[in-house]
Amino acid sequence: MYRDFGTAFIFALIGIVLVAAPLLIQRILSPQRKSLDKLSTYECGEAVEGPAWVKFNIRFYVVALIFIIFDVEVVFLFPWAVVYKELGLFAFVEMMIFIGVLALGLAYVWRKGDLEWVKVSVPYGRGRYSKLTVTEETPSVPKETAA
Amino acid sequence: MVDYLLDIFSGIGWLSASPNLAFVLAVTLSGLPIFLFMAVNALVAVYAERKVSAFMQDRLGPMGQGVGLHAGKWGLLQTVADAVKLLTKEDIIPASADRKLFILAPFILFIGCFVAFAGLPFNEHVVAADFNLGIFYILAMGSVGVIGVILAGYSSNNKWSLYGAMRSAAQIISYEIPAGLSLLAVIMLTGSLAFRDIVAAQTGTTLGVLPSWFIFDNPFTFFAFWLFFVAGVAEVNRTPFDLPEAESELVAGFHTEYSGMRWSFFFLTEYANMFIVAGVAALAFLGGWLSPFPGYFEGGLWGIFWFMSKAAFLIFIMMWFRWTFPRLRTDQLMRMCWKFFMPASFLTIVGVGIWDLFIR
Repeated sequence: MYRDFGTAFIFALIGIVLVAAPLLIQRILSPQRKSLDKLSTYECGEAVEGPAWVKFNIRFYVVALIFIIFDVEVVFLFPWAVVYKELGLFAFVEMMIFIGVLALGLAYVWRKGDLEWVKVSVPYGRGRYSKLTVTEETPSVPKETAA
Repeated sequence: MVDYLLDIFSGIGWLSASPNLAFVLAVTLSGLPIFLFMAVNALVAVYAERKVSAFMQDRLGPMGQGVGLHAGKWGLLQTVADAVKLLTKEDIIPASADRKLFILAPFILFIGCFVAFAGLPFNEHVVAADFNLGIFYILAMGSVGVIGVILAGYSSNNKWSLYGAMRSAAQIISYEIPAGLSLLAVIMLTGSLAFRDIVAAQTGTTLGVLPSWFIFDNPFTFFAFWLFFVAGVAEVNRTPFDLPEAESELVAGFHTEYSGMRWSFFFLTEYANMFIVAGVAALAFLGGWLSPFPGYFEGGLWGIFWFMSKAAFLIFIMMWFRWTFPRLRTDQLMRMCWKFFMPASFLTIVGVGIWDLFIR
């Protein structure tokens, strides 16, 4: 067991060498003619408009939180799955209750609309959120008029 | 593999005197063929991908370079020529990039994948580290790569890269859960996380003719296989799920600023990750190194042959996907994961449990 993880650790160390060695070979073989244009950031050939390190709506903040909960849950399920055959019906029912609680959580998040990439409505809104209006992006299709 | 080398080393005087050195040497010697395999895998897979794409679009694909520099018959040496070209390219790090993180990103990406390969068995003996929790280990190591992707995207200081990295983060972490949950179906039936036990549980036949692989075990495991496979395709950012590097909208996504050898590590890792997903699917659901004709062509090199063929077939299906399905939109991608894959993978677990307890 510990020896297996020792193997994995040594693999990680070998990995460093295996990435570094080709980079070193490249450094020896390749030309080194740097210029300002070469070193500039690529933006489709245009002059760069400011840095990319700006405030950015990552959109999936809640998804990341749900992910942590479900990932931990998967970790809980793994040992259960290993002994599932030995424990039989009791463990099965117990785990169904556990999964049921989590499924309830998923249903709650689903209902609240946190699984939507673009939230079009805030149905649970109160206070300052109650005045949010639904702005659904439906591209208006120009009607084709018969000529 | 390591044990086999240690046996040889114990016969050599100066090595048997220091067991630690012998162990390190044995691991290193078993690591180098794996790296070689990853490199060859990338070369062959890129060639295969170009040829498969070409034939699906009624083209010829790479057919050699013409005058002077022949890339072999049917363009067989095309990818080798590409690799040499990459090695002689100028190494460019953008002036505005975060240098340290920019250099670090391919290291993390590659090491995460390489370390996962340590636990992937090619047959019952050819494996660097025969973990008791093999399948869990590979799932864990497979998710290290996303750190490299985010670092690459962030450190490039490029808008395309940032978008690609953020999409990738959302996508990989989301699809990891269905992938893990659908593998649980197999673990429930096996009662072990080790690949040797999972494959051993699949020997024999069902219904007289079919090999008793888990994909044929019951309807729920059949479903679980496709859940895992599709979630795996999403995890390695392949088309229809290739949003992080969607070339028609994000140039090259998180590796826009990478070129030459640094870029080639992203590519190497992508194809190696494809092999890992295909390999785990083959081991868990398709009988791994077992022959499709139970009782015939088994053991030793046949094992490696069957495992590789199954993995290669699944990789072929991934390439087939690419020319069959249009790319999903980000919101469709997330909806598909959280509103279809999550409930479906829970249902497979419940279904397998009920099947195993009451119906079998």
